Order: sequence, then structure tokens, then C-alpha cells
Amino acid sequence: MLDGRGSIRRRSGARLWLSAVWLTLFVLAALLAPWISPHDPLAQDLMLGRLPPAWVAGAEPGYWLGTDSLGRDVLSRIIHGARIALVVALIAGTATCLLGSALGMVAGFYRGWADRLISRLVDIWMAFPPVLFAILLIAVLGTGLTSVILAIVIIDWTRFCRVVRAETLNQSKMDYVHSAKVAGFTRLRTLATEILPNVLPTIIALLTLEMGIAVIVEAILSFVNLSISTDQPTWGGMIAEGRTSIHQAWWVLVFPLVALFLTVLSFAQFGDGLRERFDPVLR
Amino acid sequence: MSGFLEIRGLSARLAGTGQRLLRSVDISLPAGCVRGLVGESGAGKSMIGKAVLGVLPKAVEIIEGEILLDGQDLQKVSPAERRRLIGAKAALIPQDPLTALNPSRRIGPQITDRLVDILGWTKARATTRALEVLAEVSIPEPERIMRLYPHELSGGMRQRILIASAFAAEPKLIVADEPTTALDVTVQKQILKLISELQARHGTALLFVTHDLGVVSKVCDTLSVLYAGKVVEDTTVERFFAAPQHGYSSALLAATPRHTDPSSSLKPVPHEVLETVAAEIAASDAAWRPNGGARG
Repeated sequence: MLDGRGSIRRRSGARLWLSAVWLTLFVLAALLAPWISPHDPLAQDLMLGRLPPAWVAGAEPGYWLGTDSLGRDVLSRIIHGARIALVVALIAGTATCLLGSALGMVAGFYRGWADRLISRLVDIWMAFPPVLFAILLIAVLGTGLTSVILAIVIIDWTRFCRVVRAETLNQSKMDYVHSAKVAGFTRLRTLATEILPNVLPTIIALLTLEMGIAVIVEAILSFVNLSISTDQPTWGGMIAEGRTSIHQAWWVLVFPLVALFLTVLSFAQFGDGLRERFDPVLR
Repeated sequence: MSGFLEIRGLSARLAGTGQRLLRSVDISLPAGCVRGLVGESGAGKSMIGKAVLGVLPKAVEIIEGEILLDGQDLQKVSPAERRRLIGAKAALIPQDPLTALNPSRRIGPQITDRLVDILGWTKARATTRALEVLAEVSIPEPERIMRLYPHELSGGMRQRILIASAFAAEPKLIVADEPTTALDVTVQKQILKLISELQARHGTALLFVTHDLGVVSKVCDTLSVLYAGKVVEDTTVERFFAAPQHGYSSALLAATPRHTDPSSSLKPVPHEVLETVAAEIAASDAAWRPNGGARG
């Protein structure tokens, strides 16, 4: 038992820490963007257009990751883009989590008509292609950060709802839930003390996953120019702009893509690592 | 004299169907006594326990009869009042110690929460009481155990904790739902002894659900033999083991494996006996008229 648990902990340890390091960098970059970015992310200088990154011949000192076709510093834009990504990840991720988990727990614990209603709603929701749904929503809501967050919440709550409902159903069958009922605890109290703590590790894992997904959805919406106004640098917007000059200046596309990739990956790994840490049986 | 727990003419069915699961069950359990509920799987013994504790699955509905707990009919009071009554007077020792404790909460609060939040004790008094009952079920270092998580303890330890937890609030009635089935044989014996001792010391009425006649002979005073949701024999333990009255009871007794004679093969309940019981049940079903079907 002990060595089995020990090895699990060691593996999840490396994963947890590596992803935590990247996420810390990401958060710090977002928070300190105005002070740490070497250039103004919006300053254009056509004389300095399409400068390659620092280690490629023809680079200009001070432009570590090169510049785009309008001469804007790629590194500064990535750092500033992290701000939008962070806001979207935190707010949209948390709101989605709260809405979906609450509905999932209600459906799984109270059953009856509430369950039937919520489950049918989830089925209907999941029949929509998510990206088209998002684009449609933005068209209705109008562009802007709030709309993007709202769109993500409206589309993705089902992801939580289904899993949390299933997990709650499982928990509801446990003897300790019966015992709580015999003891005379109210249903709400039983839900809060007996079921929630056992569903929480799953919710946390899903939440971190969702934060990654939120960043991707925002990038997709930026890519099709439906997210935030173009005077604010976003990773999706940078990728869209870089696409047009991929043959002349690959770095404009590749670096924001790498930032996006690492962030989404780290969120998922961080969540898994946390789940293992939180789960008293795996611990 | 009427018992602390009186079940009279209790019938239940699968909701929305005519499928009867309990057939006019009568059970009387005086305070401080132990009654065994025995029968095959699906005979309805666990269901009676669940009905008493008010935790029947939604798919089962009670169609008639009354369950009197300390003189109060649980079918006639509001659900909230029923919950309060049961919570104050009864407790459950569950079957499987591995799933009966919440894995993500420490042992301590799992025992004390109920004393504090339902019975209105102070935290200090509840903690003292928890330490007391844990010591009573011979758990070493109760202070340390209260801070542990269930997965850090063995199955036998967890069952002891569940027993302690059941006795903590000094209930007048405990329903033990096959409390030793999930344990291995050596631990089973200790746990049975423990339940018996505590029951005798606290004068608790105990409804003991089991399929193990050996267990019944050790723990119970009286027993009800169930078949297909019907009580086919209601007798004392001495009389049951000396001379069972019903054909099914004697067949059940004969089916118990004997360790003293390894050459004897296992005897199933004979077909004729089952046919007789089935005929009896059919006859009583035909005579039965639901009179309380429309009662709220």
C-alpha cells in the first residue's frame, strides 16, 4: 500500500510542480504586464517589421521573440495577451463550474422532475456544435470580454453538469448518505457535508480543465475576430494575424501558439495533480 | 405489553405496480430485546429495517399498516416529524463498514456532528461522549483515531466505529443490517460479541437483520422468519432451534452447513417446502383486501 501510494505521489509531484511553475509565470506575466513587457504591445514601427527572434540572424536587440508585420513586439503582446487569457480562465472557468456543478448536484441528489428537466436540457445543449454555438451567441450578445465570458458559461456548463450529476448519483447510494438520513440531517445539509466533499476532487479537476478550455474558446473567438476589440492583444488574435504571414515570419504565429498550448496543458495537469492531492484515498 | 417497536400489518409494494414486497408483516420488539430477521436474499428483511428507519427507496411504497416507534405511528406524522423522531430514538449499524463512513471526512465529526446538530449537545459534551463510546468498543487511542480518515483504518476498526457511532446518542432502538457480512470470520465473532454486550449494557432494542442462523442463535431473543415478504414464523430463539414450527423454517435450519460433519453435503430447501410456502402466500394474497390504499 505504502509504496503504491508513494509512487503515485512522486509522479503526480513532478507534474503538479512543472504545471504550477508555468501557471505561476502565466499569472505573474498577466498581473505585471505593464511593468515587465519590454515594449508597448501596441506601438507600431514599420521600420522594425517582421524582425526575427533574438537567436536568428537579422534580429534587433531588445526584441526577444521578434516583431510582427506592423513592427509590434511579439513578447510584449504575448505578455499582455496573458491578461485577457487569465481573466477569461478565472471568471469564465469559475462561473461555468458553479453553474454546472450546482445543477448537476441538484439533478443527481434530488432526482425527480428536477433531474429530468436538467438532464434533457443537457442532452439538447450537447447536440449543438460548440464553436458554432459560441459564434452565434457572440453575434447575438455583441463582441467584448463580458460576452465572451457569458458565451463560455452558456456553452460549457453541461460539461460539469453531466459529470457532477453522475458522481452525485454514485455518492447518494453510499451508506453514509443513508446514515445521515437516519440521523435526521436535512437533505441540503447531507448534500453539503456528505456528498460535496466527495465530489469536490472531481469538480476541481474539471475546473482546471475548464480554465484551459476557456482560454482555447477565447482564442478561437479571437481567431475569427469575434472576441475583444483588436486594439487589445490576445493570443487568438495574434495567431490569426500570424497566419497571414506564416511563410515570412513564423514566429508571429508560433510563440502565442506555444504560450496557449503550455497554458492549457498546465491547467489540465495541475488539476489532475490537485485531485490526487485532495483525494484522501489516493493520498 | 406492547413493544418499543410495533409493526402491524405492514404491506409494501413496488410503486405503481401490484407487486407486493411486504405482506402484512407483524413484528413486536419490546425495549431492550433483540429480534432477528432471517430469510433468503430478497425476502424483505432489509426492507423492514429500512421502513423502520424511514429510508425506503423511492420505488417502494407502503400501502398499509403501521410502524409504531415508542407508541407513535411513523406513517401518520409529517416527514419532518418522522425524521426527527427516528433521528432521536433510532440508529443504524450498516452492513458494509467500507462504504458506511464518509471517506473525505475525519472520524471525529462523523460521530459528533449528529449529537451537536440534531440533538443539540455542546461540542465539548459530544466530544467527551464520542471518546467514551470509542473506548467502550475497545478502540485504542480514541483521541488519535478521531483525527484520522476512514481509509487509515481496517474494516474491523471501522465497524467498531460505526457501532460506537450508533450507540453514541443512546438510541432506544438500533437496526443492525447484516453488520458482520462484510467482515472476515474472526473479526465477525468479536463484532457480534461487542454488539451483544453494548446492547445488554444500554438496554437498547435491537432489530438484527441477517441470513446467518448461527449469528441469530448467539445474539437474538426472538426471531421472525421471512419468505417473499411474509413472516412465516415468529418465535423465540430457543423454540426455533429446538423445534421449528413451519416447514420452511425447519428446511432453512437443515440447510445450515455443519462443520462437525464435513461429509454431509449442503442441503437446499426442498422443492415441496417452497411449493407449500408459495401456496400459503397465494392463499393469503387472495384473502387480502387492501383497505388503506388510498390513505395519504
